[in-house]
Amino acid sequence: MIDSKVLERHGLKPDEYERIVAFMGREPNLTELGIFSVMWSEHCSYKSSRVHLRTLPTRGPQVLQGPGENAGAVDIGDGLAAVFKIESHNHPSFIEPYQGAATGVGGIIRDIFTMGARPIALLNSLRFGALDSPATQRLLEGVVAGIAGYGNSIGIPTVGGEIAFEPSYAGNPLVNVFCLGIAKASDIIKGIASGAGNAVYYVGAKTGRDGIHGATMASAEFDEKSAEKRPAVQVGDPFMEKLLLEACLEVMKTDALIGIQDMGAAGLTCSTTEMGSRGGAGVEIDVAKVPQRETGMTPYEIMLSESQERMLLVVKRGREAEVERIFEKWDLHASHIGEVTTDGMLRVKEHGKVVAEIPNRALTDEAPVYNRPMSRPEYLDEVQKLDLDVLPARDARIRDDRTALLALLGSPAVGSKRWVYRQYDHMVRTNTVNMPGMGAGVVRIKDTDRALAMSVDGNGRYCYLDPKHGAMLAVAEAARNVACAGGRPLAATNCLNFGNPERAGIMWQFGQAVAGISEACRALDTPITGGNVSLYNETDGRAIYPTPVIGVVGLLEHADRVVSRRFQSAGDALILLGDGKGELGGSEYLKVAYGLVQGTPPALDLTAERALQALLVQLAGARLMRSAHDCSDGGLAVTLAECTFDTDGIGADVSIDAVSVARNGETNRAAALFGESASRAVIAVAQSDVAEVLKRASAAAVPAKVIGRTGGDSIRISVGGEAAVTLAVAEAERAWSNAVEQYFAKRVA
Amino acid sequence: MKFGIVVFPGSNCDHDAYHAAKHVVGQDAEFLWHKDTDLKGADALILPGGFSYGDYLRTGAIARFSPIMREVQSFAARGGPVLGVCNGFQILLEAGLIPGAMLRNRGVKFVCAHVHIRVEQTDTPFTCAARKGQVLRIPIAHGEGNYFATPDALAKLEANRQVIFRYTTAGGDVTDEANPNGSAANIAGLCNEARNVVGLMPHPERACESTLGSADGLVILESAVHAIRGGLFSAPEKAAV
Repeated sequence: MIDSKVLERHGLKPDEYERIVAFMGREPNLTELGIFSVMWSEHCSYKSSRVHLRTLPTRGPQVLQGPGENAGAVDIGDGLAAVFKIESHNHPSFIEPYQGAATGVGGIIRDIFTMGARPIALLNSLRFGALDSPATQRLLEGVVAGIAGYGNSIGIPTVGGEIAFEPSYAGNPLVNVFCLGIAKASDIIKGIASGAGNAVYYVGAKTGRDGIHGATMASAEFDEKSAEKRPAVQVGDPFMEKLLLEACLEVMKTDALIGIQDMGAAGLTCSTTEMGSRGGAGVEIDVAKVPQRETGMTPYEIMLSESQERMLLVVKRGREAEVERIFEKWDLHASHIGEVTTDGMLRVKEHGKVVAEIPNRALTDEAPVYNRPMSRPEYLDEVQKLDLDVLPARDARIRDDRTALLALLGSPAVGSKRWVYRQYDHMVRTNTVNMPGMGAGVVRIKDTDRALAMSVDGNGRYCYLDPKHGAMLAVAEAARNVACAGGRPLAATNCLNFGNPERAGIMWQFGQAVAGISEACRALDTPITGGNVSLYNETDGRAIYPTPVIGVVGLLEHADRVVSRRFQSAGDALILLGDGKGELGGSEYLKVAYGLVQGTPPALDLTAERALQALLVQLAGARLMRSAHDCSDGGLAVTLAECTFDTDGIGADVSIDAVSVARNGETNRAAALFGESASRAVIAVAQSDVAEVLKRASAAAVPAKVIGRTGGDSIRISVGGEAAVTLAVAEAERAWSNAVEQYFAKRVA
Repeated sequence: MKFGIVVFPGSNCDHDAYHAAKHVVGQDAEFLWHKDTDLKGADALILPGGFSYGDYLRTGAIARFSPIMREVQSFAARGGPVLGVCNGFQILLEAGLIPGAMLRNRGVKFVCAHVHIRVEQTDTPFTCAARKGQVLRIPIAHGEGNYFATPDALAKLEANRQVIFRYTTAGGDVTDEANPNGSAANIAGLCNEARNVVGLMPHPERACESTLGSADGLVILESAVHAIRGGLFSAPEKAAV
């Protein structure tokens, strides 16, 4: 019955099947094969990535929960924990943008409240193809509407995020969603099943045939037939999830619960197996007791369904009625579908008859682990070459430094994302003290003085040019954004988006990126507490840029000392922290002006980065910075311009050092203005505080220089004493505001 | 005084309203579960924002049938102050406590942003501490806030001075650009004929602390305190049966 075609449909390789037979001591039946196929899929087993992920730093005194649970947790003082994780929903979002993105939001929210935490903030990191394509516009519109539809309805604010547009994502957009919740540190709940005879409960939406083999789909490349996989995308119901969220948090306040896990990828199969495995126990369920939305569902379908908004709970014996009552209050019905056993088996029955019986260990610990071959791809030699003296024809819109700045501000990567974030409710729960578009998202923690800053960042272009270095820069940027807002970076979560790991070049990119994350997270003391890996991001054999996305969470001791990117008043001193070296490799400037994705990304000195971040946190805490903004895409000139936006037109007048990286004077000026050297930030400081700030910078060994002052109604920058840019704030802000919005303005009407 | 905050399944601004009433305005506050039939001695009621019952049918259409709504109707009929915010306003419309209906925003999309509204009338329990013509900077967050009423109904609302808030510029001018959702006559909030029931789409509870970007919404909740303390509006206890 199980032949090569059946195996192929299940995404299992012949040697993997042999392993299954060896473990079982017999041929599996089809239900068992289905269970193996989803648990051993890349999505659930991390079989290609696990050997690399083991090298990540995951410990620290601040870490309460590292990888391996539904989400990570860090100590934020006052007996509280921040529980957070990032996860991808890339494949489903390409097939059905609205529902794919919506259910991605629903999934990560469940991961957070499953830990006993009240979710209080969402972020997202999105990647699409070039925005001038109608197909991209449609995808972006659907994804944003899906995120908004779910997050707004359930009442969790989306407080920030980032979006980039590169042709490599055209057939494979990325939708990574981050969620953060707050729990009492002592009350964190885990996804375990233990205690023989304890009851296994199913609660939430009924099980349908949707999403069967979603995990397997997410573990394969796309081709022209991918649209046919639409039935594998699930449909979200944020109202149901809101009820589940409130009811589960109420149940968690009792001590009747042993463990709880959501049914995400691989549904009932994954939750029963993982809970049993973590608790060193077995789980026995009867699928006939599982609430079903459709008739005639087989055990295979019930076990593999990925219907959304479902939870699995293990309840202490004798406390069942109490738990059932709480769910009834929320009009939810909790179904008693099985028991915890001592034999370590996943046993599935249908009307009492055993239909599948597999040792948990075989599905989890014994899942295949591959140390896949890696080799440095040849394209790197070609793309890393960059001769700034031999540049192709420049974009016709760019005639001088001023028009170059306008073009950069008008590029969708740099420009305002207001069109996106105003569709997200970013204020519900009344905690948001730094709004989207102002830097890191910051939410206060009610009943304390504190706040949490959070940022998600990644630069696929840098990683394409140098995966290790690009990944390090992503960690540095996320942590720097948090520090600019005044948050001391505590810990990180990662979402690793790559192509097909069975190709040695892709696997090399992956290994390099993980090594880069490890190095940067160690140096910045931001251990990785969890995350997600998304492989096979390819369409018709073309991979996306390697895209590790890093989410960093930081702590502000005083919520009211949050710092935004925006200038607060005219006449303040502008201080550049860090040194610009005129690095143009992989820059937004080269892409916008010359269509080049070329060179090596900027250098990163992690000691300097750490010193800068510590200084930023110190200055914010001492109320010595009125605004702070890091230098990233588009370099110092873009940073300065962005500080003037949303301020009623407070301009800036600065003078920066010249650099010499080319023979051509114009290219040198561009390198000074738009080069993306790392470990830099521009801060505005009251004139009376300048001496103090410079003293503190010197003590922290951070280069600091007064480059000018805020004021006037234009952005004026001179380079090496020569006037380079004079641009009215209003004109700059118009270009920046329209960068994304212009593609949708006509369609709104 | 005591605020009663009604919690429907899918309400998601209930905690925000509670926080503002209790911790910012400093009054008593208590949640009222939608299955309850007791208002627990509340002096003023808030129907908070959210997505009651997922708003899958029509915003507020199912919530109006919740058991507590009979009590809310009776409280309102006795003159008790009732404030509906966003989804709460939509529920008041569905319940017929305030006339009119909501359409999709004219831009079709959900909009979350700070906007300006002008206080049009001050003889309600939620504006009595404000100045007529006062411009408040308050956030909106909705997909269906495009207020609709027939021309006759609009004329009647205007004649009765039932328009309580209008979307304006920061300077207080009623312009089309200042209208974030296409509402008829830039209407952001209305009251009933008896003036004790007020509904508005913007979220005053989100604008009660300057750390959140604006404290202009405070005057709306403080008005209720003023109204109750001054005996301007109150619901006499139901006569014993």
